Amino acid sequence: MDMNVTPHPALEDAVNRALLQAVERGLPLAVQPYAVIGEQLGISENQVITRLQRLHEQGIIKRMGVVVRHRVLGYHANGMVVWDVPDDKVAATGCCLGSVPFVTLCYRRPRRLPDWPYNLFTMIHGHDREQVLARVDHLVRNCGMQDFAHQVLFSQRCFKQRGARYTTLDTRMEATP
Amino acid sequence: MNAPALQLTLTEQRLLDEFQHGFPLEPRPYARIAEQLGISEDAVLEHLQRLQAAGAVSRVGPVLQPNRIGVSTLAALAVPAHRLEEIAALVSEYPEVNHNYQREHRYNLWFVITAPERARLDAVLADIRARSGLELLDLPMLEDYFIDLGFRLQWT
Repeated sequence: MDMNVTPHPALEDAVNRALLQAVERGLPLAVQPYAVIGEQLGISENQVITRLQRLHEQGIIKRMGVVVRHRVLGYHANGMVVWDVPDDKVAATGCCLGSVPFVTLCYRRPRRLPDWPYNLFTMIHGHDREQVLARVDHLVRNCGMQDFAHQVLFSQRCFKQRGARYTTLDTRMEATP
Repeated sequence: MNAPALQLTLTEQRLLDEFQHGFPLEPRPYARIAEQLGISEDAVLEHLQRLQAAGAVSRVGPVLQPNRIGVSTLAALAVPAHRLEEIAALVSEYPEVNHNYQREHRYNLWFVITAPERARLDAVLADIRARSGLELLDLPMLEDYFIDLGFRLQWT
């Protein structure tokens, strides 16, 4: 998908924007979470559910569910693996990597030559470094990447981590039910 | 040193494993989950509260597709070791920065910036370049090959 696409038409809708703003930090842990959100926005529970369903179908919501923190669950090693893949092979390789269960992100990004030759980025979590490196080896074999240069950038320290907040930064997106 | 992993009950493991996607879009979603786990609705809510308090769950809700509602980029700086703390703090100051990690590489500080539109993103990048005086890689996502079904946990 193109980086510079114009916003999806569904996001021109003020209620949809207010809704995404209301849920981006999570649903309330209440018996009827959608009713709680509807009340905040002045729309019905059914409206909240229908709109979230639509936003999901339109691909604006990628998934709905529990968002886990790997580190707290014992996944102490996190490697960003960057690959230099020929341009004509990047889509097929990306799809191969993106379908492996332990790969948690797989993006194509631009090279910045001469400093930065890598154009494919994957994230791999593991209980320790050895497990991450074994998983990288598995990827190399499984997706035919023996000839492509790669590096594993292990994370050393997390200075900041939270979900992206797209809407709360935009003053035009005041909740206007 | 790494802290020991949080100890979870079997029900909590299933709650984390099986509900990272396909969260029920119906009036009482936690009751539907309870049905599938064979526990009460109250128990589901209590487990989720505990997991959230313990930091194992950051939230329950939608994960948005990057670059649909706003724009984002991955940026990297090559920071001299003696300036790392200072520069990391400078970067984390921006509300537009949502991830900021030290990684093992000459480019040792990696962060994600998200903004409602490209102009704001560019302004933040320019500001960080100017304030740090360091070379910066701007690596926006061009294509996403990842099908996000959540993270498969292994309990062994």
